[in-house]
Amino acid sequence: MKILVCISQTPDTTSKISFSADGRTFNEAGVQFIMNPYDEWYALVRACELRESLGGSVTALNVGPAANETTIRKALAIGADEAVRIDAVPPSSAFVAKQIASFAKDHGFDMILLGKETIDYNGSEVGAMVSEHLDLPYVSYASKLDLNGNTATIEREIEGGVEILEVDLPFVASAAKGMAEQRIPNMRGIMSARTKPLNVVAPVPFEDQVETLKFTLPPAKAGVKLVNPEDMDELVRLLHEEAKAI
Amino acid sequence: MVLVFAESPRGQIKKTAFEAVTYGKKVADQLGTSCVAVVLGTNAANAGELGKYGASKVLQVADAALNDFDSQTYTAVLADVAKQQGAKVVVLCHTSTGKAIAGRLSVRLGAGLVSGVNSLPETGTFSVRKSVFSGKAIVDYSIKSDVKIVSLMGNAVRPDASGSPVSIENISVSVPAGRIRVKSVKTQEGTVPLPEAEIVVSAGRGMKEPTNWGIVEDLANTLGATTACSRPVADSGWRPHHEHVGQTGIAIRPNLYIAIGISGAIQHLAGVNNSKVIVVINKDAEAPFFKAADYGVVGDLFEVVPRLTEAIKKFKAAH
Ligand SMILES: Cc1cc2nc3c(=O)[nH]c(=O)nc-3n(C[C@H](O)[C@H](O)[C@H](O)COP(=O)(O)OP(=O)(O)OC[C@H]3O[C@@H](n4cnc5c(N)ncnc54)[C@H](O)[C@@H]3O)c2cc1C
Repeated sequence: MKILVCISQTPDTTSKISFSADGRTFNEAGVQFIMNPYDEWYALVRACELRESLGGSVTALNVGPAANETTIRKALAIGADEAVRIDAVPPSSAFVAKQIASFAKDHGFDMILLGKETIDYNGSEVGAMVSEHLDLPYVSYASKLDLNGNTATIEREIEGGVEILEVDLPFVASAAKGMAEQRIPNMRGIMSARTKPLNVVAPVPFEDQVETLKFTLPPAKAGVKLVNPEDMDELVRLLHEEAKAI
Repeated sequence: MVLVFAESPRGQIKKTAFEAVTYGKKVADQLGTSCVAVVLGTNAANAGELGKYGASKVLQVADAALNDFDSQTYTAVLADVAKQQGAKVVVLCHTSTGKAIAGRLSVRLGAGLVSGVNSLPETGTFSVRKSVFSGKAIVDYSIKSDVKIVSLMGNAVRPDASGSPVSIENISVSVPAGRIRVKSVKTQEGTVPLPEAEIVVSAGRGMKEPTNWGIVEDLANTLGATTACSRPVADSGWRPHHEHVGQTGIAIRPNLYIAIGISGAIQHLAGVNNSKVIVVINKDAEAPFFKAADYGVVGDLFEVVPRLTEAIKKFKAAH
């Protein structure tokens, strides 16, 4: 079983988000970066579990600059056998998907896993793009994934419920809560991560069709209007007349 | 031409697709062209209604192989329809279906994609806006390719049914064999799924016991709302997992979000801070949620919630 797990690096949820004065670039100063939680907790951990029960290998792949290597080493500490970094500062999800696909195309992975979305750009685009580049089936928002021989049984989150489906290897799936439990790397993992292979690969050229024009911060809330807890008629009036919400 | 994929999960075209057609019609008006909707599969009984929302034509690929969802076959078929019809803009819904297709379709058509948009494009640059960093920032993207794809966030536009129904035109497109075998679908019947709900009543650990949820359900039923919960509540099994909203749960943007006994941790806010109106009921005046709220009630939820339910009943009776 050869599994590829795509990991991205994102600002921690609690980070303060700000941009350059022209709104073009994200200010990284003072921001704590983490492995995207869906990639880490669900995709990577499930890949490691499958390798532990079935044998094979887990490759963690990141498209990013050398500064991301701390995050990549964490993936190795959690249990990936080897890592690949495609050396680029990714301008878009389409770029990332192209790089992942061009790497994966010659490596015969049985399964490609990634998180359901990143917590920064919230696009949920990469998995679908990778699958199309590679002409593979794609299962998004998988909250449960079991393998029986060549066939996976997957639960996929849909609006208000789940869909249960079967798909044969190879395929691409994006992982959501439920697929695995977060693992904290132990000392042995951290030590061994230092010597596991981390290969750096040059990116392939790609022309983007989407241009980022400007980031802005959402308008600040006007401030909360407090309503007397004894007077819920007043709250209903406000919701109806002022907020037009009911 | 603007092509809108009107998805019909489990045989029914729903509000999200009506929103997408309303949006597609507005984009078509901007571009001086028409809006065409396409329906996949054989069961979409209410497809004709799409005309009311602005589709000048409704196309249907009535092949039973499309009744189950497979992103690969759907993408192949939609790409062919887009080419056949000469679509310049393709609009999808930012739903479980749309998210699984959007990226694929952009690769297949060589078209730029912006997913989860919540604004109409600027004319000229075709720049569209979406919320990023879990609601903490907004970004404008411009799509440069000849064919453009957007997926529309739920509740971003109001469906406008002022047009008239149209008849459905069958078109034939070859449907490749799918590789995904759908075995079963389990959904909550009778409730509006959270991502589509206009009003959400959500409760957290302040409820103390799972057996106390009656007052939350009463409020939700009175408002016609869907119920949600904070993560610890779902994690401890007090409420089903599909109700869990926030960074690790689902992100929603209803018109009205009522948070009961939820402290308002940043990871919770990440999933709900795009709600249009937020009401917070909490006994702790210092709870962080009040900073993100439009209306706040500082008080004991066990008294305030039943009182609010009564006030709404009174209001509904009078209106
Ligand atoms: C990586 C990560 C991801 C996370 N993802 C999520 C997520 O997706 N969703 C999520 O919700 N959380 C998430 N969390 C957890 C989050 O940080 C909070 O711990 C959680 O949201 C708290 O839930 P709560 O507000 O229900 O409980 P508490 O924080 O315990 O708050 C209970 C509130 O109820 C109030 N209260 C108590 N009794 C009463 C009463 N009688 N009347 C009125 N008010 C009362 C209290 O004043 C308090 O404010 C995540 C955490 C981490 C670290």
